[in-house]
Amino acid sequence: MTGTKRTKADTPLVEMRDMCISFGGVHAVDHVSVDLHAGEVVGLLGHNGAGKSTLIKMLSGAYKADSGEIRINGERVEIHNPRDARRHNIETIYQTLALADNLDAASNLFLGRELVTPFGLVDEDAMEAETRKIMARLNPNFAKFSEPVSALSGGQRQSVAIARAVYFNARILIMDEPTAALGPHETQMVSELITQLKSEGIGIFLISHDIHDVMELCDRASVMKNGKLVGTVDVDDVTDDDLLGMIILGKQPGQASATEG
Amino acid sequence: MTQTDTDTSPTAASVPTSIPARRRNLVQMLELDLRLLGMVAAFAVLCIGFDLLTGGRFLTPRNIFNLTIQTVSVAIMACGMVFVIVTRNIDLSVGALLATCSAVMAMTQTRILPETLGLGLGHPLIPWITILAGLLVGTLIGAFQGYLVGYLTIPAFIVTLGGFLVWRNVAWYMTSGQTIGPLDQTFVKFGGISGTLGVTGSWIVGVLALAAALYGLWGARRNKIKHGFTVKPLWAEAALAGLIAVAILGFVAVLNAYEIPTRRLERMFEARGEVMPEGFTQGYGIPISVLVLIFIAVAMTVLARRTRLGRYIFATGGNPDAAELSGINTRLLTVKIFALMGALCAISAVVASARLANHSNDIGTLDELRVIAAAVIGGTALAGGAGTIHGAILGALIMQSLQSGMAMVGVDAPLQNIVVGAVLVLAVLIDILYRKRTGEA
Ligand SMILES: Nc1ncnc2c1ncn2[C@@H]1O[C@H](COP(=O)(O)OP(=O)(O)OP(=O)(O)O)[C@@H](O)[C@H]1O
Ligand SMILES: [Mg+2]
Repeated sequence: MTGTKRTKADTPLVEMRDMCISFGGVHAVDHVSVDLHAGEVVGLLGHNGAGKSTLIKMLSGAYKADSGEIRINGERVEIHNPRDARRHNIETIYQTLALADNLDAASNLFLGRELVTPFGLVDEDAMEAETRKIMARLNPNFAKFSEPVSALSGGQRQSVAIARAVYFNARILIMDEPTAALGPHETQMVSELITQLKSEGIGIFLISHDIHDVMELCDRASVMKNGKLVGTVDVDDVTDDDLLGMIILGKQPGQASATEG
Repeated sequence: MTQTDTDTSPTAASVPTSIPARRRNLVQMLELDLRLLGMVAAFAVLCIGFDLLTGGRFLTPRNIFNLTIQTVSVAIMACGMVFVIVTRNIDLSVGALLATCSAVMAMTQTRILPETLGLGLGHPLIPWITILAGLLVGTLIGAFQGYLVGYLTIPAFIVTLGGFLVWRNVAWYMTSGQTIGPLDQTFVKFGGISGTLGVTGSWIVGVLALAAALYGLWGARRNKIKHGFTVKPLWAEAALAGLIAVAILGFVAVLNAYEIPTRRLERMFEARGEVMPEGFTQGYGIPISVLVLIFIAVAMTVLARRTRLGRYIFATGGNPDAAELSGINTRLLTVKIFALMGALCAISAVVASARLANHSNDIGTLDELRVIAAAVIGGTALAGGAGTIHGAILGALIMQSLQSGMAMVGVDAPLQNIVVGAVLVLAVLIDILYRKRTGEA
């Protein structure tokens, strides 16, 4: 996959500058800056507990940053809760999926943004019809439309979470290990989806442990270690081993010493 | 936690056609009905059992009428308790809140409006202003408790345990512990026996209700056909419609069959300066309080199933974090749910105090336990995320029948409560076993 050409002068779609957050004494994210351009996929890599999920949760409104600033199209924005994030067209697929287990796929997909009839009542039929359409694109085998999602397999649940994020015309898409539970065919479909969304000009943060995926799908990769940013590289300029070195040893490619804290 | 359950490979997951899935849905739907049917059956067994034990005194029009009006107050609050419990909260203060609302309304209609504001006793606006005042107080107190739970994150158990003490004694303080009465003549019509629709009015309401129910059935069927879902065979639909008709019209017939005692009728004629004709009889018909309950039940069911608020309530109960991440303001939602609970307590206070025709200091005592028990017996899961309005009302009816039936049979008071307590625990056990069997979480 070749990266979309962009000029360095472009204002990034998203800039997260100097983000910090700690839980108790733990600096989960420690002065991290990343950015994302329209039509670009940026991979976020790092060991378990490196702070990847926490970093993007500050963008999606799940956590409020202790310090740092978020800019969208160069303008400083305040994101205090998930509603603020949605207002900026930020959609998120959480690692934990964030589904209400007692509701069916359609109810989850439209949760917080239900389709209503002219009388203001929830239009279940319309929502199910829309859900069938989007699921046909993502996971054609999906058939459990009227069961609560607790009755779905891990991969099926993940499909629902992905559908929810891509249905609402996101401008900024955050995918936290979106294919962790998917079978090979479904993973392939998600890869195609990412490529297509990218070509539509959507900016995507993709958190993944699969270096091969990152090399294939991402334009750039930011690597985190122990809450700190190791560095950001163009994937075209590095090898798998360079990335592995960054993740495990926290050392920049072509650099001897590690930027570890 | 990452879902690593990948047993469904693409091929295994592929259901070749959608027919098997639909068949399973039909079974599921029947199972849902089974749960309700089970409760109805338990209720029927209870009623028939008591009827046999009392030599036919339990299932008389008079007793059924009384059972109905005794259930209303708890049933109304149970509707609100469903939402509270579905969102993983609890409200221990409903009985006390009922008492405060009742006290406020008693003072409003006997002191504040007639004396302080000089409307004079019996002014036609008094009952309505009173009810509004009660609703306002109930809603505000409920909202305040909801604020403490939602925004200040004090556990609902603690907030409402505090409320339980506070509001019971606020009521006491306001009335100096006195019984306040008699209440306004129009106001007491909401209590049951002194406000009924009469025979003709009841038939009209019954027929209208039946028409609405049949229209609902037909609409649901049409909708299903429109979306290409399988529908029940016509004979099943017709049988269901017949059952509904028998239930609604039978209920009306029973309430109509309870006749106003002759002496009371005579007094009614005397009040109008007439003489009662020889052999004149008249049935009570549907109590206004029951009509209020039916209206609330329908409104709450629509709220639960067809509105965004209802969705958010169930989503929050199922997974509070997911609801929050989906942009639902779960704190505000908590305030709304408790405010609604408070409003329903106020309506229950109207019914309960109107039934007694006065406000007594101990009104609503132990109601919190009855209300919670009704919701839980009716299938509301304390773990959150599941519960129905009709289940809670049926739960209230079962509790009341059990209590009245045992009293009629002559079971000693302590034994009555022992049985009610045991039944509550047993009902929840059966529910747990049922859920395990059907694979519901
Ligand atoms: N809500 C929280 N409360 C306390 N500590 C937290 C919380 N969320 C994250 N942490 C801590 O912050 C650190 C970073 O966690 P995070 O979930 O961001 O890791 P991650 O990079 O996404 O890891 P993984 O690859 O396992 O998903 C961890 O040490 C974690 O224990
Ligand atoms: Mg993570």
